[in-house]
Amino acid sequence: MRWRRLTANRLSFVALCGLLVVVMAALLAPWVAPYDPDETDAEAALSSVSLGHPLGTDIYGRDQLSRVIHAARVDLLVALSATAIALTLGSTLGALAGYRGGWVDQLLMRAVDAVMAFPAFILAMGITAALGNSTANVVAAIAITHVPIYTRLIRGEMLKVRETEYAEAARTVGNRPRQIVLVHLFPNCVPPLVVQATLAMGFAILTVAALSFIGLGIQPPQSEWGQMTAEGAGYVVSGEWWLVLFPGLAIMGTVLAFNLIGDTLRDVLDPRMRGVR
Amino acid sequence: MGFGGYLVRRLLLVVPTLVGVTVISFALTNLLPGNPALVKAGALATPEVVQEIERQMGLDRPLPVQYWRYVSGLLRGDLGESASTGRPVLEDFRQRVPATLELTLASLLVAVVIGVPLGVLSAVHRDSLLDHVSRVLGVGGVAMPSFWTGLLLLYVFFYLLGVAPPPLGRLAADVSPPPRLTGLYVLDAALTGSGAALVSALHHLMLPALTLGFAVMAPLTRMVRATMLEILESDYVKAAWAAGLPRRRVVYGDALRNALIPVITVLGVIFGFLMAGNVVVEMVYAWPGLGHYAVTALVTKDPGPIQSFVLFVAVMYVFVNLAVDLLYGLADPRIRLR
Amino acid sequence: MSALLSVRDLTVHFVTDGGVVEAVDAVSFEVWPGEILGVVGESGSGKSVTALALLRLIRPPGRIVGGAVSFEGTDLLGLSEEQMRAVRGRRISMVFQSPRTALNPVLTVGRQIARLFELHQGASAPDAWRRTLEMLALVKIAEPARRARQYAHQLSGGMCQRVMIAMALATSPRLLLADEPTTGLDVSIAAQILELLRDLGRRTGAAIVLITHDLGVVAEVCDRVAVMHAGQLVETADVHTLFARPLHPYTRALMRSIPRIDRDVAMEPIPGTVPSVLAPPPGCRYADRCPRVLDHCRRERPPLLEAGPEHDVACHAVERDGAVAVR
Repeated sequence: MRWRRLTANRLSFVALCGLLVVVMAALLAPWVAPYDPDETDAEAALSSVSLGHPLGTDIYGRDQLSRVIHAARVDLLVALSATAIALTLGSTLGALAGYRGGWVDQLLMRAVDAVMAFPAFILAMGITAALGNSTANVVAAIAITHVPIYTRLIRGEMLKVRETEYAEAARTVGNRPRQIVLVHLFPNCVPPLVVQATLAMGFAILTVAALSFIGLGIQPPQSEWGQMTAEGAGYVVSGEWWLVLFPGLAIMGTVLAFNLIGDTLRDVLDPRMRGVR
Repeated sequence: MGFGGYLVRRLLLVVPTLVGVTVISFALTNLLPGNPALVKAGALATPEVVQEIERQMGLDRPLPVQYWRYVSGLLRGDLGESASTGRPVLEDFRQRVPATLELTLASLLVAVVIGVPLGVLSAVHRDSLLDHVSRVLGVGGVAMPSFWTGLLLLYVFFYLLGVAPPPLGRLAADVSPPPRLTGLYVLDAALTGSGAALVSALHHLMLPALTLGFAVMAPLTRMVRATMLEILESDYVKAAWAAGLPRRRVVYGDALRNALIPVITVLGVIFGFLMAGNVVVEMVYAWPGLGHYAVTALVTKDPGPIQSFVLFVAVMYVFVNLAVDLLYGLADPRIRLR
Repeated sequence: MSALLSVRDLTVHFVTDGGVVEAVDAVSFEVWPGEILGVVGESGSGKSVTALALLRLIRPPGRIVGGAVSFEGTDLLGLSEEQMRAVRGRRISMVFQSPRTALNPVLTVGRQIARLFELHQGASAPDAWRRTLEMLALVKIAEPARRARQYAHQLSGGMCQRVMIAMALATSPRLLLADEPTTGLDVSIAAQILELLRDLGRRTGAAIVLITHDLGVVAEVCDRVAVMHAGQLVETADVHTLFARPLHPYTRALMRSIPRIDRDVAMEPIPGTVPSVLAPPPGCRYADRCPRVLDHCRRERPPLLEAGPEHDVACHAVERDGAVAVR
């Protein structure tokens, strides 16, 4: 049984390395990508995997490897922004709800319930459709659907802390309960927040990919993994598999990495949250 | 009475949730870029005509009034009109629902028929090869986008092996649909004995159902496994075994029966994933359902259908969760007889 | 008259991440027909594991690694699983701790008893139900017909325990293993349950192994007592002798740690805690807490020696006292 935990750690170490590779590739895309992603080459159009084009080319002759690398920037950036915004906004709202209580709490919780009454992807679809197709709107849409998780989490912690520390503080120090509450709140919150945020990154990438696949969100000329898959979808039935395989593999690999790291973090940081393995 | 109280409380919860859902939906429809009156009037209309239409549509009224008009419209079944088909959205929905329903049910079947036994066997034979494989599939499966899975399946089974049909809809081009009883082709064909339609419908349903079923299977399998493991450690399983009951009967009888009850609760979440996956899978296979309708309407700059779709799914989700909670309450004697 | 159950050097190990847990270490005792044997010790002393081992209910990572168990002349450890199933619930039954969790929450309590009749005695459904109601009446549950159709959560803790006892005695076993049957119950209810056990034991002639950490329970109903510490059996005696003349330092410490009304002595807790049985040192496991510890206590395990009729002790210090003779 011990070796299971060790392999899990080794696995997430591999995942972490893989993720670092993806992030580095994304950051250094212009230097790492062998071709300009928009560079067309009619002669090499729709060619399969080869030495010159390790991931093949599309109908315009664009190098798929370069496009996948550049698309990584978009996917990672969207996921990161959405997660960061959701985390900040959600935590603030949750802290507010937990601290003030009363009608503020009730109102915020009703709002959270209303948002959670929608399946997340469906709501993201609705928001993106309503706001219009742009990267910023996709980020906003994903962020909104993720806010409830953090709100509930922080509110829960806040309520716990209020009950324990507040009473004590009020008795002993007599003033500045707010500061004490905050000081005791954060250490408790950080582990579950980190775990949630890591897992949320994976969901965010899947969401933006799916949205782009159906035509919402990221528009050409920006390339994004889901969108690339959509472009390649029509060619699958005629046998050009590489246009679909590689962007999808990039999505799966990245999401998998986030999930594995998130699971390990959960085991390490918060054994209470650990379910049955 | 205990259960009655549970029932009433649960039903009452539905109301504020629905209100919240309609508020969000109203907000989304109001955020639509552009002036709907302008769209309706046409680009060549004069400002006076546009203003008149605005008044007719109630766009000059304060927001709460507009919201009220929106909700009363919903209750009357008015979901607006589709600019691309020219028909009321509700009509279009009615036509498309059976396709989505058929796909959803088939995918649920796939997920349950494969996912539940997999979870049970994983728990009973913990740490066996099957268990490890199933957990790897679970972890991997969750990371795979459903559109990718669908496309890969198409490549393998349609292009390479030729056993699946081209992704052009629910039936082969030369087969006519069965007489309409429910709108579910497989069911209708089976009930009316239309052999050709039955075969074609099943043939076309195969890959989409597998794709979507596989996409939602992971949480189900994981929950079944976790619950089963917990129960296998419980005192009453040990006591049943100590009383001389054969191990097989204890595991697949007592333990399983107990394990399936909490699993009901995850069905609600699964439904959410199913609806989300529906949209994508319908696009991949050109399956003429609600999701396909809503998404393709967007291409023609017709914003109505997608918001109606979003609202429809949310309302369904609320009621499905209600049904799941009630079913769970009935299944577990600890709640049923309080 | 020969012993109903004879246990010789029973040893049970659990293989875990951190090493081997030697939960039960060469335990030997006997159970005579119709008697009530108390098995006493702190939590972690291996009492429950011993009982589970007798019914061959130890699952991986646990394993019975040694010893012999003879029941009515049959070697239990040598039986196949199928043969063992015929023993469980029929010739040897078990009653578990925390009765409510030991009952299946989604089956009616009546059903749980009735199916045992169907299983072990091939009774028909109506027959099994009739006998279930009789059993429920026997364990003094009021309105048996109504209660039989109820679920565990609708019954009180005491009633659940009675149901468990009914389940265990349904097929008139020769031996009943009761693992902490009164823990968690109100004192008055606990007394009723103990009386019920003793009563039914006498009536059916079944012997009872009563596992408990409560010496009061032992004094109340047991005929003989076996004392366990950290997986080792340290003393067995009939109940009067044990309370009047405890020999093993652990038993003596146990006696001193319970409050007494008859004597004006202070309660003395036993120093230290039960040692971990994970990769334990050889020798006597009470050594680190023992006021009479000798050098070779830590190296050599004291054998179980006879100190009197029906009185065995495993202790080097007691042996040195000359109070024991080789068995």
